[in-house]
Amino acid sequence: MIDKLLNLLFKKIKILIFFLCLIPLVRLFYLGLNSQLGANPIEFIERSTGTWALVFLMLSLSMTPLRQLTGSNAYILNRRMLGLFMFFYACLHVLTYLWIDHYFDFDEIFKDVYKHPYVLVGFAAFMLTIPLAITSTKSMMKRLGGRWKILHRAVYLICLLAVLHFLWLVKKDLTEPLIYGGVFFLLLVLRVIYKYRSYLRTSNLWW
Amino acid sequence: MLITKKSDVIPSDITSKENFENRRTLIKATGASIVTASGIFTGLLNRTANAASSKQKISNFVKTKYGVDEKLTPYDDVTSYNNYYEFGTSKTDPSIESRLFKPSPWSISIEGAVKKNKQIGIEDLFRLAPLEERIYRMRCVEGWSMVIPWLGLPLSKLIQLAEPTANAKFVEFISLSDDRMMPGQRIPVLDWPYVEGLRMDEAMNPLTIMALGMYGEVLPNQNGAPLRLVVPWKYGFKGAKAIVKIRFTETIPKTSWVKAGPNEYGFYANVNPTVDHPRWTQSSERRIGGGLFTPRIKTQMFNGYTEQVGQLYTGLDLSKNF
Repeated sequence: MIDKLLNLLFKKIKILIFFLCLIPLVRLFYLGLNSQLGANPIEFIERSTGTWALVFLMLSLSMTPLRQLTGSNAYILNRRMLGLFMFFYACLHVLTYLWIDHYFDFDEIFKDVYKHPYVLVGFAAFMLTIPLAITSTKSMMKRLGGRWKILHRAVYLICLLAVLHFLWLVKKDLTEPLIYGGVFFLLLVLRVIYKYRSYLRTSNLWW
Repeated sequence: MLITKKSDVIPSDITSKENFENRRTLIKATGASIVTASGIFTGLLNRTANAASSKQKISNFVKTKYGVDEKLTPYDDVTSYNNYYEFGTSKTDPSIESRLFKPSPWSISIEGAVKKNKQIGIEDLFRLAPLEERIYRMRCVEGWSMVIPWLGLPLSKLIQLAEPTANAKFVEFISLSDDRMMPGQRIPVLDWPYVEGLRMDEAMNPLTIMALGMYGEVLPNQNGAPLRLVVPWKYGFKGAKAIVKIRFTETIPKTSWVKAGPNEYGFYANVNPTVDHPRWTQSSERRIGGGLFTPRIKTQMFNGYTEQVGQLYTGLDLSKNF
């Protein structure tokens, strides 16, 4: 009963969630039009879109544990949208880098990618998100069948690379990237616990 | 030697225009705070007074030929986008966290390979030589740059006053260590206090200055008040801020960033587009203040000061001594 209600609610508010997910972009436009992007606006946009891509990645990865914890299917209804918003902000992030930061100077860009480990892992993470975005539709899910799940496990690798990208970019103060790393670790631990829950229960190791 | 008598009034003693014009309001406000007998009010008042005094104009300085054709980076950008980890690791932290920093009274202690240890008051530096305006490019190791009109004196003048002995091969600059006024020091991101250094010939080069101001006024707290080093052909982190100690040494100083990441930051830290950094592209840079759609510019060898400093490094392998 509650499950059904939640499902209904999530369906109803899906459009609301969609607009909520656009707030970071609207904020950038607002700040830009009011010249409030600071002394280095390009860096600001790069950081902001990158951070939000990472946040949406973490959010989309939180849906499965939420379902497992609550037993409600409702969260899964939003997983694809959150994942696609991750892809959207990642695209803006990469576009800012290629266009307004480097003006498509591919000579410089190639050098930057292969010489600097943080750029390389970030670039790799982005490349991996492309097939996942393409295969995110219902028809693709059907066509790929069991392989879809295997393909979409790449999200864990993407997350690892994205956190590394942040960690290696930071000069000295690792606090922020380590927080994201911690969240990612927690999400993984929750999955492991869920998977081995019956074993943990019977063996009296846990609850 | 010609000794000219300078004015006894030093710029930091001159009441700022704002304070002068607001003197009645200040008096009234002080009166009010006595009436309310609140210590907090007076505290707040002092703070406002300090903030006002940090914007003091410096009127008597000599213009120089350096960088006259450069376009200055807007003042607001230079004072709101700072790498000054003593006040936090984000670029916008220093302008906020340095508000309660008190750059006076201040004195610099001269130690090491010198004839005699001594203390120099900040006022003495203002009197030491006529302040010069030097418009310099500043290139940060992170790949951005600014153009800043510094007010300062050649470091060589200060070194003459310090009287180093023949044993002095390097100069070490030690910044203030005070986690009460510098909240960023409560976190050990770097090994506090901040230490920077130069080879003696680099320190004596006419380009090297000790800055006391910028944009015609006393140095703002977030830019290194009351005095900072400016070495325009090196990456910005060489410019130690809020210096309290200058030590002359025989051996190469152990500088903060070299200690923090020896494979990333070198003692020399000369701007060099051909020696890449493990993190950032060094062949191009973003000039701050250009807006959203201004492309990067090419980084120049020695930040464009090869003519003045290139000879200091003949025979030195710059890819090893980065």
